[in-house]
Amino acid sequence: MVDIKQYGEVETAWCPGCGNFSIRKALIQALADSDLEPHQILLVSGIGQAAKTPHYLRCNCFNGLHGRSMPAATGARLANSGLKVIATSGDGCNYGEGGNHFLAALRRNVNVTMLAHDNQIYGLTKGQASPTSLEGMHTKAQPTGVHSYPFNPVAVAVSMHVGFVARGFAGEVEHLAGLIKQALAHPGLSLVDILQPCVSFNKLNTYQWYKERVYKLGEEAEHDPADWDAAIRLSYEFGERIPIGVIYTNDRPAFDSYFPVLDKGPLATQEVDYGAMQKVLDSYC
Amino acid sequence: MSHDSMNLMIGGEAGQGLVTVGQVLAKALVKSGYHILVTQDYMSRVRGGHNTFTIRFSSQKLDSPCEGVDLLVALNQQTLDLHAGELNPDSAVVAETGFTCGQAPCLNVPYEELADKRYLNTVALGVAASLLGLERELVAQTLEAAIGKKKGDKVVEENNQALEKAFAWAQGQTHTLKPPAPAQAGEKRMMLGGNQAIALGALAAGLKFLAFYPMTPSTAIALTVISHAEQMGVVYEQAEDEIAAINMALGASYAGAPAMVCTSGGGYALMTEGVSLAGMTETPLVIAVAMRPGPATGLPTRTEQGDLLFALHGGHGEFPRAILAPGSVKQCFAAGYQALHLAEKYQTPVFILTDQFLADSLRALEPLDLSGLSPVRPGGGGAEGEDYRRYEITEGGVSPRRLPGLGPELVVADSDEHDQEGHITEDLELRVRMQDKRMAKMKGLVADTQAPEFSGPEDADTLLVSWGSSQGPVAEAARRLAEEGQSVATCHFGQVWPLAPAQFAQRFKKAGQVVVIEGNATGQFAGLLKKEAGIAAQRFIGRYDGLNLTPEYILRQLAS
Ligand SMILES: Cc1ncc(C[n+]2csc(CCOP(=O)(O)OP(=O)(O)O)c2C)c(N)n1
Ligand code: SF4
Repeated sequence: MVDIKQYGEVETAWCPGCGNFSIRKALIQALADSDLEPHQILLVSGIGQAAKTPHYLRCNCFNGLHGRSMPAATGARLANSGLKVIATSGDGCNYGEGGNHFLAALRRNVNVTMLAHDNQIYGLTKGQASPTSLEGMHTKAQPTGVHSYPFNPVAVAVSMHVGFVARGFAGEVEHLAGLIKQALAHPGLSLVDILQPCVSFNKLNTYQWYKERVYKLGEEAEHDPADWDAAIRLSYEFGERIPIGVIYTNDRPAFDSYFPVLDKGPLATQEVDYGAMQKVLDSYC
Repeated sequence: MSHDSMNLMIGGEAGQGLVTVGQVLAKALVKSGYHILVTQDYMSRVRGGHNTFTIRFSSQKLDSPCEGVDLLVALNQQTLDLHAGELNPDSAVVAETGFTCGQAPCLNVPYEELADKRYLNTVALGVAASLLGLERELVAQTLEAAIGKKKGDKVVEENNQALEKAFAWAQGQTHTLKPPAPAQAGEKRMMLGGNQAIALGALAAGLKFLAFYPMTPSTAIALTVISHAEQMGVVYEQAEDEIAAINMALGASYAGAPAMVCTSGGGYALMTEGVSLAGMTETPLVIAVAMRPGPATGLPTRTEQGDLLFALHGGHGEFPRAILAPGSVKQCFAAGYQALHLAEKYQTPVFILTDQFLADSLRALEPLDLSGLSPVRPGGGGAEGEDYRRYEITEGGVSPRRLPGLGPELVVADSDEHDQEGHITEDLELRVRMQDKRMAKMKGLVADTQAPEFSGPEDADTLLVSWGSSQGPVAEAARRLAEEGQSVATCHFGQVWPLAPAQFAQRFKKAGQVVVIEGNATGQFAGLLKKEAGIAAQRFIGRYDGLNLTPEYILRQLAS
C-alpha cells in the first residue's frame, strides 16, 4: 500500500486559502489509493499557478510551456506506456493558450488524465478574464465586463464522446479524490474539470458561490454516465445548480492501442533492429 | 550536352503524371548504371499550372544540376513555349501530334493511335526511354514496381502494352540524340532524395518518435519515417499544429524516445518557443528545417537558403545548439544520423537545414553502409535514488540524464529557471551558475564541429565558399573554371553552427579573393563568417528567385 507521506510535504507559493491546496490533497489521495508510487507517475504542466502543482509533490515532472501541457504529456505517454501521465494546469493554460491542443487531445484519446484547475480567471498574471470567466465579470483588463460567451469544456468533451468526463469541486476533497482515482483508471483520455476558487482574484465565483450550487451526481441525483443524452444535458447545467461527479463515460479504444510497439515497453529500452534497417535501405535499390 | 552528361526535362501540368514518368525514368537510368541528379520545379497546386522534372544523367558522378536541355518531353504545349529556348544542339523533343516547337526538331507522337488516353504518360515514358537506349524490359519492371500492382493485373498489362507500342514507334524515328554510355551497368545502387536520406539517417541512429504538421518541402521526411515506422518500431503523429508537434517530441524525448520534428520556415516560426524549451529543459531534439523562399508563405514549392540566421536565432533566450547543413543526399543521411547523436550527447536542440532543391533531389548512391553505426542510447549516469539531480552542475555542462519511470530516481524538468534538482528558483546567483552550465556545452559542440571541406590549391586566386545545398553547383563551377586554366579552390561548410575558425581561417587567408555563394539575398553565411571568424569575403553571390543555384548561374555572376 502506498502512503500519502511518500508524496512529501513541500512549501508552496500559493495564496493561503487557494483551491489549489485541496486539489493537491485530493490528487495525492487518489495516487495513494491507486497504489501508484512517485516514480511511476509523471506530472506534466504548462504555466500558471495551477501548473506549479508538479513541483509541490514528489513525482517525475515536466513543467513545460504555457498552454502546452497536453502535447508534452501525449509525447511522454507515447514514449513510455508504463508511465501514469497526468496533465495538470489552469483553465487559461488548457482552454485558452492550449485551446487547439485541448480539442485535438479530445479527438486523439491518448491515455492521459487531464486535471483542469478551473478558477475562471488568470491567477498568475493577476486577475484577467479566462475562457471560462462568466459574462459580465469585471477585471482590470475587462473594465466593462467580460463580453465573450464562456467556454464550456465539459460540454465540448461530452459532445466529442470523450471516454471519461467529470466535474469536481476543490471544496469537496474526498469526492474529488474519488473522481481523480476513477480518471486514472480509465484507459483513454480522462478529463476532470475542477471548480477551483481563486481567493485573490475571482471575487465572483467564491467558495460560497460554488457551495450554494454544486450537487453530487449519484448521491443527490440519479445519473447513468453511459447515457450520452443525459450527459449532454447535465454538461450545460451551470447556473443555479452545478452537477459534480462523473458526467460521461464510454470505452472507445485509446490512441495508444494502435501502436503495438508500445506493448513491448518503453521505447527507450527497445533495441534498434539493424537487420530491419538493412531491409529498409535495400528497398531503395 | 555538357561534360558528357545529358539533361532530360519532362514538363506538363500537375495531375498529368509527370512525376511518375520522371521517377520511373530516373530509376531505370540508375538501374542501367547511370548517375543521376534530379531537380523538381513545381507550382503550389494539385492540378494544372506548369511543372518540370529534370534528370541530369551521366556515366560519371554528378555534383550539380546544370542548365540546357537535351531531351524535352512535353506533356503540353506550354512546356514547349517555355523551354524550347533552353534546347542544346543535337537535342530532341517529344510531344503530341499538333504541338509545335519553333525551329527545333520535334518527334510528334500519335498518342491516341498508340494507347488509350489514360496511358498518355506511359507512352511518353516509353518513347523517351527508347530514345535514351534503355531496355524495355527494365523500364517495364520499374514501372510495375512504381504502380505497386502485380503482373497479371489489368492496369499493369495495359501499361505494358502502351510501353511496348511506344518503344516500337520510337524505334522507327530518326533523331540525333547521343546518350552517354553507361559506365557500370548492373552495379547495385540506391535512388534517394534528400528528405528520404535525412529520415533514413535518423532511423539508423534509432529515431523512435516523430511528430510533424505537413509543410512543403519538408513533408517527405515525415512520410519516409512513417512508411518504415512499423518495421523500425517508431511512434509518430501528425499533430494539430507545429507548436504541438515540437512539444510532443519534447515530451517523448524527455521520456527517453530519440525524437525529431520536421518543418519549413513558417512552421519553424511556430516551433521556436519549443526550441527554447528544449534549450532550457536540456531535452535532446532534432529539428529538420527544409527551407523555401519567404517571408511569410513566400514561394511554397521553390527553394532558398534564407533561414540560416532564423534557425540560428529562433527561440528566446540564450542556449547552445548545432546546425548541420548537408550538401548532398549522401550527406543528408549522415546528418540525420549525426544530429540524433549530437542532440543526445549535448542534451540540446540540433538542426538539419536543407532546402527544397536538395529535399526533392533524387540521386544515385552507392548502397549506404550500416556497419559501424550505433543507436543513440538515452539516459543513464548520475547519483542514485534520492541523491539524483537532473541538472547537476558538471564541467562540460552536460548533466546525467535519467529517464522517468525507468528507475526510482525522480526526473524533474522545468521551463522556469531551476535548481540542480529541477525545481523553480529565483535565486539569481544560482541562475548565473545554471546559465553558465548550459552554455558550457558550447565548448564541446565546437570541438565536435565538422570541419569544412576544401578542394583545390591552397593558395588559389579565388576561393569559392558554399554551405548546405550549394555545394554541388559551386563544385562544378570551380571545375569548369579550373579546366579553363583558372586558379580556383572551394570550401564547403556541412555544419554552419557552431563555427570553429581554427579549422579554416588560415586557409582562407592564403586565398586571393573569397567569394561566398548562397541562395539568399543578404549573404547570411558571409555575415556569420565575418562575425565569428573575422573573415570578410570580397564578394557575395546570391540567388533568391526561387530556383536552385547552377554552375552556369555562378559562372555568369562571377564574370559580370
Ligand atoms: C506564451 C505565454 N504567454 C503568456 C504567458 C503569461 N501567463 C502565465 S500564466 C498565464 C495565465 C494563467 O492562467 P491559468 O492557466 O488559468 O492558471 P492560474 O494561474 O489561474 O492557475 C499567463 C497568461 C506565458 N507564460 N507564456
Ligand atoms: S492567485 Fe488565485 S489561483 Fe493563484 S494561488 Fe492565489 S488564490 Fe490560488
